[in-house]
Amino acid sequence: MKEKTPLLQRDGARSVLASLISIVIGLAAGSLVVLLVGLFNSGMGLKAAWEGIRLIFLGLFSTGRNATGGLSFGFNPVTFGNMLFRATPLIMTGLSVAVAYKTGLFNIGAPGQYLAGTAATLFIALEIPSSAVPTWIIWILAFLGGMAAGALWGAIPGLLKAMLNINEVLACIMTNWISANLVTWVFDVSNLKNTVENTKTAYIYKTTFNGVETPKMFLDKIFPGSQVNGGILIAAVLAVAMYILFSKTTLGYELKACGANRHAAKYAGIKDKRSIVLSMAIAGAMSGAGAALYYLAGNTEFFWSTYQSLPATGFNGIPVALLAVCNPIAVIFTGMFMSMLDIAGQQLTALTAYNEYITDVIIAVIVYLSAFSLVIKLWLGGRAKKKAGPKPDANAEDPAPVPDAAAGKEGEE
Amino acid sequence: MEQNPEYVIEMLHITKEFPGIKANDDITLQLRKGEIHALLGENGAGKSTLMSVLFGLYQPEQGEIRKNGQPVKIDSPNDATALHIGMVHQHFKLVDVFTVLDNIILGAEDTRMGFLQKKDARKKVQALSEQYGLHVDLDAKVEDITVGMQQRTEILKMLYRDNEILIFDEPTAVLTPQEIEELMQIMKNLAAEGKSILFISHKLNEIMEVSDRVTVLRKGKYVGTVDTASTTKEELSRMMVGRPVQLVVDKSPAQPKEPVLTVQGLCVPSRIHKHDAVKDVSFTVHAGEIVCIAGIDGNGQTEFVQALTGLERASAGHIELCGHDITHQSIRARSQAGMSHIPEDRHKHGLVLDFTLEQNMVLQRYYEPRFQNHGFIRFDAVRSYAEDLIRRYDVRSGQGPVTIARSMSGGNQQKAIVAREIDRDLPLIVAVQPTRGLDVGAIEYIHGQLVAQRDAGKAVLLVSLELDEVMNLSDRILVMYEGEIVGELDPKKTTVEELGLYMAGAKRQGKERASA
Repeated sequence: MKEKTPLLQRDGARSVLASLISIVIGLAAGSLVVLLVGLFNSGMGLKAAWEGIRLIFLGLFSTGRNATGGLSFGFNPVTFGNMLFRATPLIMTGLSVAVAYKTGLFNIGAPGQYLAGTAATLFIALEIPSSAVPTWIIWILAFLGGMAAGALWGAIPGLLKAMLNINEVLACIMTNWISANLVTWVFDVSNLKNTVENTKTAYIYKTTFNGVETPKMFLDKIFPGSQVNGGILIAAVLAVAMYILFSKTTLGYELKACGANRHAAKYAGIKDKRSIVLSMAIAGAMSGAGAALYYLAGNTEFFWSTYQSLPATGFNGIPVALLAVCNPIAVIFTGMFMSMLDIAGQQLTALTAYNEYITDVIIAVIVYLSAFSLVIKLWLGGRAKKKAGPKPDANAEDPAPVPDAAAGKEGEE
Repeated sequence: MEQNPEYVIEMLHITKEFPGIKANDDITLQLRKGEIHALLGENGAGKSTLMSVLFGLYQPEQGEIRKNGQPVKIDSPNDATALHIGMVHQHFKLVDVFTVLDNIILGAEDTRMGFLQKKDARKKVQALSEQYGLHVDLDAKVEDITVGMQQRTEILKMLYRDNEILIFDEPTAVLTPQEIEELMQIMKNLAAEGKSILFISHKLNEIMEVSDRVTVLRKGKYVGTVDTASTTKEELSRMMVGRPVQLVVDKSPAQPKEPVLTVQGLCVPSRIHKHDAVKDVSFTVHAGEIVCIAGIDGNGQTEFVQALTGLERASAGHIELCGHDITHQSIRARSQAGMSHIPEDRHKHGLVLDFTLEQNMVLQRYYEPRFQNHGFIRFDAVRSYAEDLIRRYDVRSGQGPVTIARSMSGGNQQKAIVAREIDRDLPLIVAVQPTRGLDVGAIEYIHGQLVAQRDAGKAVLLVSLELDEVMNLSDRILVMYEGEIVGELDPKKTTVEELGLYMAGAKRQGKERASA
């Protein structure tokens, strides 16, 4: 039993590989679009397409164009730092979706929680006078306030699920739009509208207006000229904290047990209702923290008239979590990958005739494939089996005649 | 013909391996035309694997399958269907929101220009249901009909496809006693009409009643094939388990001591109708005795147990455990006050199926200081505890403590629950249908464990639907009928017939029943 299992038969390795395959296929699909657009556009041609494809894969390392007009590549501290900055909220919403999923809940409410977090963070950061309170205390209050608002917004669908057995997906969709309208209204009547720069409409002051800003934590020395700040480190710490919470603690055990089988958890004396609400609140807190880290950066401003749209950062947490197979640590990397695509899109727009929407195609394909990741995993397992001889990985005490998911579900109403 | 029997299906020297285990090792099974051939074996003996090989779900490493003497290759269930082999799975494969008729024709629909032609199908199905006495309402939706009717739908599905060889995979596990009787009759009808039946079971009574011959498997190996008429239950169970099995529990008289559980006037509202599902139930269980609540399914036992264990609220009455009033306590508090609970539904309540075995082993006590330190799980302690339980209670699984519970056989899942609950060493054990769906070996084991717990001074409250179990195991029997305790019987002084009369509500003791 202690013998080393071949790589492909290990579940973790298969998950990683399945995600990588999804990514490669997604990038390939994006390249295909670039190629087709290039070939069928009179002004572009094969050369332009080749440049586009290179940017899709290497956008992060693009350093612009050199003297001869060709693309040049290398370590670019600005894009790298910006990538880390943009990854921060994605990691957080990814965590939000991932931890909910670990407890059997599909948190599609990340956008609403993100908005709730945004509003609370900005209010606290801008309304507490920095003349009276040290800015670092305001920062902490604003950050915690954002988390708390996200948690509250997550807890609502949790409560509806726990008490009335209302599907959390439906409740989340509704709380998303309630949040969008509420936040718009709250800022509409607030005194935080940026009227100083009157070229802008419907923008809130940057938090630096009040002197509140996330510390750089020396990252600006490594990536000079970029927007990066300590938020990415805080996100990473929270990801590790979530990993520890869900894999090492009794609380995580309770939450997961409740998610995997609410009846059994209840039977074992776990408070099932409390667990569901808590799971959603933790998930919401992660989204709220993401918003706080993004808007406390000081160089970002919030467009408050948001009642017609939900922040994409919230929804993009879903592919981030799916690609990471809901592993909180892996979310750090998939969040960075998603942000890298973002950067690649920017480079496409800046350097070629293509625009950043190509990356939406890539993300769409990846989301599609991550839904198939189980199939890919099974396929990988099948290949490993063929190599190692006919051996299914399940134990074979009494192999069921068919992989009978219905058999297990049956008792759960 | 008799001296040279024609076999419709022969499975010769079948070997099928899985990692670390030979699920089938050189097994031969020969099925005569028109016979009911039982396939008997413990959980994990390889019955399902063998049938999956026949049905084309697994390919054997060695061996040959012949139909009417001709070697055939079955690579998929489609091949099996083409050879007129049909299977009724233990868990039915029906579309809940379709009607019975739609389910029967599903996958074998007649169409004309792309439109379904149900008229002919309906006639054919009606004729079949007349012929074999399979009564179902063809227009009812599957979700609205009883389990027994769903099974008949499955059988009709096989007949509609003109199957000659019918495999029944543990068909009685989900049925009520009445439905089992009807099924037995249906199987006999089918055989009389020339269908050949393979009947997978580990219930000896049924096999003795219905089958012509029995093939016994043990731990993946072929033990033998015998004529049912010339064998006995004891002989079959010995073949199956590999040693003589005690079909009757060997136990000394009970030595009841102080009361552990006292239930006073308990009422529980029903979730289905407006009346109480449990009405004014009072009794006491003492340390050192096994008290059994007997009754036909659906007479309030489930609701009673849920109220007792805290899963549901009682509307009136008191429950006292070891001197503490636990009527309004939480599930956790009851558990800590001294109640362990082997639940009725091991998949719904007993296990988190997607957790590993070791995670399930600590489901009731993960929060104890032994298993956690400031909220952090002590994985080494969990692992060694799980390994200890697995060893002491002989829970078999593919990968030991890290096996996913879902992948374990039903018997071993139940053993894991029994191990977990008994090992908590609490004064009261509430065991609800602890042997449901298990084979004789596992039943013997679990009964032995419960008796041992009784002898160790535990109070055991057993809730069972199986008459044999009730008569065998209990020291006192309380019969529940329509939510009331209608009689208290001494198993030594009563008969199965009398017990049956109480269970059916035909007989009851007066209110003055001693509730000691």
